[in-house]
Amino acid sequence: MNYALEDQNRRMLRARDAMDRTFAEQLDIPALAGIAHVSEAHFIRTFSATFGETPHRYLQRRRVERAMFLLRNTDLSVTEICYRVGFSSLGTFSRTFTAIVGEPPSRHRGRGPIPPIPGCFVMSWTRPTRPTCQ
Amino acid sequence: MLNSVSQSQIFVLDQDEALDFYTNKLGLEVGTDFDLGFMRWLTVQVPGHPERQILLERPGAPAMDEATAAQVRDLLTKGVMGGWLIFTTDDAYACYEDLKAKGVELTDGPTEQPYGVDFGLRDPFGNRIRIGTIKVWANDLPADAFSQNAN
Repeated sequence: MNYALEDQNRRMLRARDAMDRTFAEQLDIPALAGIAHVSEAHFIRTFSATFGETPHRYLQRRRVERAMFLLRNTDLSVTEICYRVGFSSLGTFSRTFTAIVGEPPSRHRGRGPIPPIPGCFVMSWTRPTRPTCQ
Repeated sequence: MLNSVSQSQIFVLDQDEALDFYTNKLGLEVGTDFDLGFMRWLTVQVPGHPERQILLERPGAPAMDEATAAQVRDLLTKGVMGGWLIFTTDDAYACYEDLKAKGVELTDGPTEQPYGVDFGLRDPFGNRIRIGTIKVWANDLPADAFSQNAN
């Protein structure tokens, strides 16, 4: 049995869960590495190897997914949603959202509400997969 | 006609640790705990409900070869094995606080949803669990709750 790998997976999952839970906060690598009990350099490398993308990109797609949800299921303004999901500039938010989703926030809103299924299924299954434009 | 779901299964890395978590932390009770020789048949159930049991199965030989078992454990600890349980409770907020005090790994919530209030957690191995107080079952929600423009 490869206990070390399984334990490492579990610790990376714990850090990823933290991103899903507190996506709107200013999450930094030292804090996430601390949750996973690894060094900062080791964290980025190991997270990427485990989940196939960097922690930064995972968080970016989580924030965009939450924005997609709020656009479709609430009446909050685009600006309010931008800040609520953790972006600090409307320009960056709009650019990132459009690059990932393939349409701007306002048009995405027109798709109407997401059906009422358990919240974490929404978070897992509606997270956009398109690569980001760097 | 089928009547009910009587047993379902999730994978766990360690059955003793699983037993401690599902009974002492989550408050389920042991259904059966038999040593069959070739495997330990360990189930838990919601207290007083033996008609619905959850098998806590350890992946490994001889049911699967060691390489396959390693893949299962890898997926399990990455949180994608699909081991997935949703429970109901009378007061999701109180349940959340209780589990928090017990040091359970909570992932989200409690959150108001169209169907009620629920929150998420992980078992020690990576399986996802959800606990909710249900106000309206999904199939009783009005039809327009599901309206969605085509993608």
